[in-house]
Amino acid sequence: MTSSMLFNATTIAYFASMVLFVVFIAGRSKAVALIATLAAWAGFAANTGAIALRWIESKNMGYGHAPLSNLYESVVFFAWSILLIYLLFDLKYKQRSVGAFVLPFAFLGMTWAQLRLNDAIEPLVPALQSNWLTYHVITCFIGYAAFAMACGVSIMYLVKVGKEEKLPENSPAGGILGMFPSAKILDDLNYKAIMVGFPMLTLGIITGAAWANYAWGTYWSWDPKETWSLIVWFIYAAFLHARFTRGWVGRKAAYLSIFGFAATLFCYLGVNLVLSGLHSYGG
Amino acid sequence: MSAKKETFFQSLWNFFCSLKLTIITLILLAVTSIIGTVIQQNRPAAEYIQQYGESTYRFFLSFQLTDMYHSWWFLALLVLFCINLTACSIKRFPHVWKSVRQPLLVADETQFRLSANADELLVDAPPARVRDQVADFLGGRFAAPTLTEREGRLHFYAQKAPWARLGVYVTHLSILVIFIGAIIGNLWGFKAYVNIAEGTEESRVWPQNGGAPIELGFAVRCDDFEVTYYDGSNRPKEFMSILDIVDQGQEVVSDRKIIVNDPITYKGITFYQSSYGPAGDPTVQMRVKPSSGGEPLEISARQGEQVALPGGYSFAVTGFTPSYNQFGPAVQMHLNTPEGKHGNPFIVLQNFPDFDARRGGEFAFALLGFSQPQFTGLQVKKDPGVWVVWLGCTLLVLGSLVAFFLSHRRIWVSIEEQGGRSRVRLCGSAHRNQPAFELYFDQFKKDLRQQLAPSAEGGRDGGK
Repeated sequence: MTSSMLFNATTIAYFASMVLFVVFIAGRSKAVALIATLAAWAGFAANTGAIALRWIESKNMGYGHAPLSNLYESVVFFAWSILLIYLLFDLKYKQRSVGAFVLPFAFLGMTWAQLRLNDAIEPLVPALQSNWLTYHVITCFIGYAAFAMACGVSIMYLVKVGKEEKLPENSPAGGILGMFPSAKILDDLNYKAIMVGFPMLTLGIITGAAWANYAWGTYWSWDPKETWSLIVWFIYAAFLHARFTRGWVGRKAAYLSIFGFAATLFCYLGVNLVLSGLHSYGG
Repeated sequence: MSAKKETFFQSLWNFFCSLKLTIITLILLAVTSIIGTVIQQNRPAAEYIQQYGESTYRFFLSFQLTDMYHSWWFLALLVLFCINLTACSIKRFPHVWKSVRQPLLVADETQFRLSANADELLVDAPPARVRDQVADFLGGRFAAPTLTEREGRLHFYAQKAPWARLGVYVTHLSILVIFIGAIIGNLWGFKAYVNIAEGTEESRVWPQNGGAPIELGFAVRCDDFEVTYYDGSNRPKEFMSILDIVDQGQEVVSDRKIIVNDPITYKGITFYQSSYGPAGDPTVQMRVKPSSGGEPLEISARQGEQVALPGGYSFAVTGFTPSYNQFGPAVQMHLNTPEGKHGNPFIVLQNFPDFDARRGGEFAFALLGFSQPQFTGLQVKKDPGVWVVWLGCTLLVLGSLVAFFLSHRRIWVSIEEQGGRSRVRLCGSAHRNQPAFELYFDQFKKDLRQQLAPSAEGGRDGGK
């Protein structure tokens, strides 16, 4: 078995899970939701195994670095992180329909990585040979994944509230909305996910700064990637402050959360693809 | 002091305390920060003029957009941000401290009436019995309650994690601490670089932003420098310097190996491996064998040096490369006749020692080895504020974890006698994350009803 076979299995499992969650929302069968969740777990297991195997393969090639060093590896790790956050939220809140709005992020990531990105295992440049790489990447990606989750939930919220407003007052939401959690719960999940993501992003920025200081002697140099991570941090800090004290719940919070995730994606991908700087070898 | 002046200060104070200012400042910082990621920072003027044209460059200069993170307006935004969070903290902290130290033990009428989380029910039991049930329920489900009797009513108060209210102040303080650390580093630290050739030492370093060299007060000597490559490629795997530090004639650090990601620090000054390059001409070891027979000679020659050979001949190495196409190290050289006539240049490869004999010259050359002196490029940094920054970062993480994951939750219950039955009222509040507390409280009040009077009819159903 090779890691690329397992990555294929991961993509297929995420696709199956995503489709089944949509079927569940349309058909309201609890059994389908259960199978969808099991598929998500199976995909997560395959994803975990694939990353581990890739690590071993890299060791066998004589490099032996954690598979977190190029765009391909980071995208499959991003998919893994999204599933980690999603499954933890699923265990705690058991809102099955959320899967239909979160799994697509993981599936799209895996598909993009497998179709378009270079999956060769390459040696590390000296600058990346550090344990800090692992801490930095893991904290950042768990943060990103939590923001992806928040974004998915926010889209659900807007769909739900938008549809409900068109219905006559007090009629129970029918159709595909029946399986959606209540607006209150969706709003709360949005906040909860950001509450996980924000400290992780903070840790990611700090581990990045600590590493830069250790390797180059500057903890902050306004490199485009650093600056964009700070921009994302500012946006979510604004989200949290707006919410804490001005009662920015509901629709506005959902929009801000989607906007924040767009900035996160730009920080992750846009900076590498469009701008130049220290992290360009990461792409 | 006139009343008018006081109003001015009052409104200024309110301006700095406002949360709207916080949100606007955060969004402004986010939006303006984008500029510096689009316009490359701190490049030479010519580059900007070529890319954007002269008038645009002059516009950039007037707003310091080519070094915007140090521009007056960006620093002013950061200062505003700091003033805002300090003012907010000063304004709100005493009130919060009081609510932690002296909690409100008795909820009043309006609280029960207006609270978003409230409930009321009548229980078919005397207050004395209900009291014990409520105390048990609160203690088991929430937190150990405090009981106050006032005007014939029983008042319970229970709270969870009151110090969670301090998390946000720790977080705010941490940001100020980080800024202080950065300022200390800027005032009393420096960033510089130095190139040291193998076998030599340096006691001065050159600031990155130009200016006079800085005296270290001690010397750094480079004993050796080495690069290793990934097999069969030119990708460096690792580069490494062996350094000594000599302080007042004493070698205080000996043979310390430094590599990228593993620097050395001495007296608060840190040296990072950052680059390397050739320093001076290489020296090659040659074996020279006269074609007429006779003992081969082993000679070492510096590039460019004229080296005498028997019979009045001489040779000179004019070029060296560690990798000639795929064939490994090679020298370019020529032979001079006793009359001083230049011969044609030829190539000698280290990996093919017998190859040169086929040339059929007076001498056959073989390349035995070479040594290329290198210099090691070190970044040098002194930052006495960095520990303050890490302290701030630690506080930031701890403070934000407390602020996000813990909330000060309070529940009040009052019990009074009403026609032989007990009127039980309860209300609760959380200092943040109200939606989650609402969900919690909904369940809490249902379970309390179940506990006290499985069939009781509530006076205020639903709490809202």
